[in-house]
Amino acid sequence: MAASAARWNHVWVGTETGILKGVNLQRKRAENFTAAGQPRREEAVSALCWGAGGETQILVGCADRVVRHFSTEDGTFQGQRHCPGGEGAFRGLAQADGTIITCVDSGILRVWRDNDKEASSDPLLELKVGPGVCRMRQDPARPHIVATGGKENALKVWDLQGSEEPVFRAKNVRNDWLDLRVPIWDQDIQFLPGSQKLITCTGYHQVRVYDPASPQRRPVLETTYGEYPLTAMTLTPGGNSVIVGNTHGQLAEIDFRQGRLLGCLKGLAGSVRGLQCHPSKPLLASCGLDRVLRIHRIRNPRGLEHKVYLKSRLNCLLLSCRDNWEDEPQEPEEPNKVPPEDTETDELWASLEAAAKRKRPDLDQTQGAVQTKQRKKKRPRSTSP
Amino acid sequence: MARPGEKSGGSGKKSLKGKAATEKPQEAAITGDGATENEVQPPKSAAFPPGFSISEIKNKQRRHLMFTRWKQQQRKEKLAAKKKLKKEREALGDKAPPKPIPKTIDNQRVYDETIVDPNDEEVAYDEATDEFASYFNRQTSPKILITTSDRPHGRTVRLCEQLSTVIPDSHVYYRRGLALKKIIPQCISRDFTDLIVINEDRKTPNGLILSHLPNGPTAHFKMSSVRLRKEIKRRGKDPTEHVPEIILNNFTTRLGHSIGRMFASLFPHDPQFIGRQVATFHNQRDYIFFRFHRYIFKSEKKVGIQELGPRFTLKLRSLQKGTFDSKYGEYEWVHKPREMDTSRRKFHL
Repeated sequence: MAASAARWNHVWVGTETGILKGVNLQRKRAENFTAAGQPRREEAVSALCWGAGGETQILVGCADRVVRHFSTEDGTFQGQRHCPGGEGAFRGLAQADGTIITCVDSGILRVWRDNDKEASSDPLLELKVGPGVCRMRQDPARPHIVATGGKENALKVWDLQGSEEPVFRAKNVRNDWLDLRVPIWDQDIQFLPGSQKLITCTGYHQVRVYDPASPQRRPVLETTYGEYPLTAMTLTPGGNSVIVGNTHGQLAEIDFRQGRLLGCLKGLAGSVRGLQCHPSKPLLASCGLDRVLRIHRIRNPRGLEHKVYLKSRLNCLLLSCRDNWEDEPQEPEEPNKVPPEDTETDELWASLEAAAKRKRPDLDQTQGAVQTKQRKKKRPRSTSP
Repeated sequence: MARPGEKSGGSGKKSLKGKAATEKPQEAAITGDGATENEVQPPKSAAFPPGFSISEIKNKQRRHLMFTRWKQQQRKEKLAAKKKLKKEREALGDKAPPKPIPKTIDNQRVYDETIVDPNDEEVAYDEATDEFASYFNRQTSPKILITTSDRPHGRTVRLCEQLSTVIPDSHVYYRRGLALKKIIPQCISRDFTDLIVINEDRKTPNGLILSHLPNGPTAHFKMSSVRLRKEIKRRGKDPTEHVPEIILNNFTTRLGHSIGRMFASLFPHDPQFIGRQVATFHNQRDYIFFRFHRYIFKSEKKVGIQELGPRFTLKLRSLQKGTFDSKYGEYEWVHKPREMDTSRRKFHL
């Protein structure tokens, strides 16, 4: 039952203890999935991305440099691929045409063939991006274009089918008013759909827009928000703004055409590690070090929709981009099967009943308890002597 | 004539209060006359216009009179109600319903989903492999460095000295204006496990930064109500060198667990019960009270305690992952007053 319900999970979250959590907001359940059955800190999830074939497969990049394949249809880990080379955790994971693109902290970007063989074959392509990479992002429109950036590692856009040199290499802004060099710390990068522009957010609380199509290698627009490093960023549906999060848990929506702050979102108490907006609905999923996954509504009205306490520190998340968030119930399958044979349906009903009974003990067990805004439980406690 | 005189002279007397009450509305009618024709006061209850409240009386003395009278009446009624209830309970005897528990803010605490269930495996694994695991697995024993902000005054210096007697294997160093980010690598190379910095403002200590050293979390507290040893009344003699026991009370939520473990990792593992000393960190309503006592068992059921050592109250401001880096560090929990303090019944520790 858990296996088939896994495909209806809305959000997939990776934790520091190596557990992949699937959260179903409709049924208000969170489930844990581990490769080895036990959580292991060595398998801390550092990157998540959708695999090939729609949203049926997830690629989970772990701290032990293994990329594991997780099937949402079955709810199990299916294969894994060891991706050695370089040092540090995965900073970016992407897949394109049956290949996996990985980038690690020390700046080794490799393209691997995605086969199920566990033997680590040589990478198809290797690029040295420069040390201190904080993020590698793939252009959703052109899967062979990736961008990398990091601490003292300026934004570079690479074409994996092209040459070994980056297609676009950003230049640092001019020296500031004290004639000091402005340090670089690109924490997150997003490609703007419909154009070649890129947006980055930095650890020095700046949000910058770059345009490779223009002759200017310096940022086209720069704004600042807050006083703390910005750690995560996502584009909003509607296309004019981005939402950024910083290490204090402050979320802000910034219009990158005018460079002004549109509004803030409240609720997070810890550093924001993962942010993703739904492509059509005005919903934002955020996760952070305070161990809570929050879904906010971005407009009319701006506020918190769901809050889920997941017991470990959350590293990254994947939001399902499908349009219908209602569960597909099991019943529609029934009418197809009833006419041919009756005995099969009896078995089916029996299995359904058993599953329904199993659900309640599942809810009672140690799995995340989902709490929506409407359900606030007040439990009076007796004074202890 | 006599009556107004009486009234003004004896305004404190009870008998006059009744007359004052009865007279007032009648006087309002005859103010124009100024004459005291109604000398016969019918001893009836006052006839007030409907919708009249004591707060409308402009004369403060009379208003106060009326209010005190009303209050006494309320108290009488309440006492009568209590007596009646008590009689009923005694009459019922065993069948009496159980006494209702009074509501307190701790009772009415909003249900917190992060309260740790002792059987929770995920949280148990998380705690077994976190930054304090090496302490709780007995692989390291604590070595503390206590320092202050730059140029501390007397109270802070004495607090540091007293803290170093409370915490075994702790060393006090003068700050000398050094940057914490430079102190921390030096501490790590000299095998210190924790760093305590007491911040001082206007000659009193008001903040505490507790940083677990190799790469552990840093907690920043507000410190208040600091009492040094000489300011504690009826205290015992100075603490000895024995390792104290630790009591951690009421750290129920996940955040509370982390902070509780931080405090526990300050003290060596094996307390020496011969010393009969105990350090208590008691959390109530997000305030952590630190006390240091010496106990003695007078008989099997009676214990006497003497308060030794310094006493202070802490309130958590932020918990940062990693060693002290307030500008670029990542915070696990930050106290945001306008977002988190909206409910008087919601607590985070």
